[in-house]
Amino acid sequence: MKKTVFRKLKALKWTALLGCIFAGLLLMGADEPAVHVEAVDASSPRELEQQTQEAVVRDYLLAWQTLDHAMGANQTDLLDATFVGVAKEKLADAIREQQKAGIQTHYIDRSHDLKLVFYSPEGLSIQLLDTVEYDVQLVDHDKVQATQHVRTRYVAVLSPTEVRWKVRIFQAEAQ
Amino acid sequence: MKTAITLSLGFLVALTLCGRAAGQDLQFPKTVEAGRAFSVPTTGSGKATLYVVGPTQVLRREVSLGENIAFARGEMANAGHYTAFLTGSSTATADFDVTPVSQPSSISFLAKPSRLAVDLPNGISGVAYVFDVFRNLILQPTPVSFQLSGANSAVQVQKVETKNGVAWVKMNSATRSGPAQFEAEAGGVVDKRVIEQVPGDPCNLRMTARADGDRVALETDPVRDCSGNPVPDGTIISFTESYNGETSTVDAPLKRGVAKTDLPAYKGATITVAAGVVMGNEIRWQ
Repeated sequence: MKKTVFRKLKALKWTALLGCIFAGLLLMGADEPAVHVEAVDASSPRELEQQTQEAVVRDYLLAWQTLDHAMGANQTDLLDATFVGVAKEKLADAIREQQKAGIQTHYIDRSHDLKLVFYSPEGLSIQLLDTVEYDVQLVDHDKVQATQHVRTRYVAVLSPTEVRWKVRIFQAEAQ
Repeated sequence: MKTAITLSLGFLVALTLCGRAAGQDLQFPKTVEAGRAFSVPTTGSGKATLYVVGPTQVLRREVSLGENIAFARGEMANAGHYTAFLTGSSTATADFDVTPVSQPSSISFLAKPSRLAVDLPNGISGVAYVFDVFRNLILQPTPVSFQLSGANSAVQVQKVETKNGVAWVKMNSATRSGPAQFEAEAGGVVDKRVIEQVPGDPCNLRMTARADGDRVALETDPVRDCSGNPVPDGTIISFTESYNGETSTVDAPLKRGVAKTDLPAYKGATITVAAGVVMGNEIRWQ
């Protein structure tokens, strides 16, 4: 009888451990985010070529990875690759706040539902709306404090630079 | 059956081990205007740590449970979505949004091109992104007035509402050359650009010829565009003479509005004048 209870407890322990690993994998995410792109709004003043659209989406998704790396490592210079202007300045300020407080954050994007809504007549800015789902993880002095799943909509404006489109405005909209 | 129960229990234990129960209630307002002071009540007793996390702003604060957590004016300034974590004996979370201030404070105004020919329909474009005092993009519809005015032309005004923080227009260049002021105004905030409107291609290009010994002296009438603006000095005018199957061309720049040159006087020669792709009249020398 004792042996049976012990075996059951052991099985329970292993199942719990596997569950933890599974849940951890889900939370930390080894997968690429799911991405859905809706074509540019018909009211936009400039036609968006397929190649440009692909480049904008690719660079925007890269910006999310950069965001996670920069906020997770507390390194403002990592932002240079994909952010510019006011977006870069605000994110850099947040990283400096994190450094002061001894915390790090991770932004793991799970899905993006993108809609390209505006391509300016002179071709110098593209605006997109992104209904995004991500997990934000808070680490205080190397200890994970909490993780929260978030669903919200971002408004982003990207500008062309020498090598890629960079995010100039990056702002979540109240739902 | 036993296996199913064991698995279910396992997952329950896993969830308990991996997560923490939210034993506390954290009541943030659903939305807060950027920069506005507000406070959040807490329950319980003892110390806890509050974290407010959003990509563009982060804060960490030690708080006493049972007291209000006060956010000073200007403290939460960046518009966006935030997650608040209150960690102590248990963890409570709350999500809230900071919204932009509705009053515009600055405009990011792109006017293109900075130089163009006169009388071009929809030749000038203006794009305005409207920001609040904290450099948040104002997402609610905001009226923007675009105005294009020059010394010698009628004022053009277009009023547009922003959509997702941006407004844009296309306007015609004036028929008279000269600098024009292009303004975008929102909520009393004005941003200005200067657009240089230059004469277009020559129109009705015409030359006259007179004998000058064994040569023909050629001179254009004052060269103007189709709106009557003088074409700038330095513009190249080409005179071409064709005679007996041979062709020779002389390029002469405009000086004080006219171009002059001379060519050999061959009876029966054909002389033409052109400015770029614009052809003028033709003279047959007798």
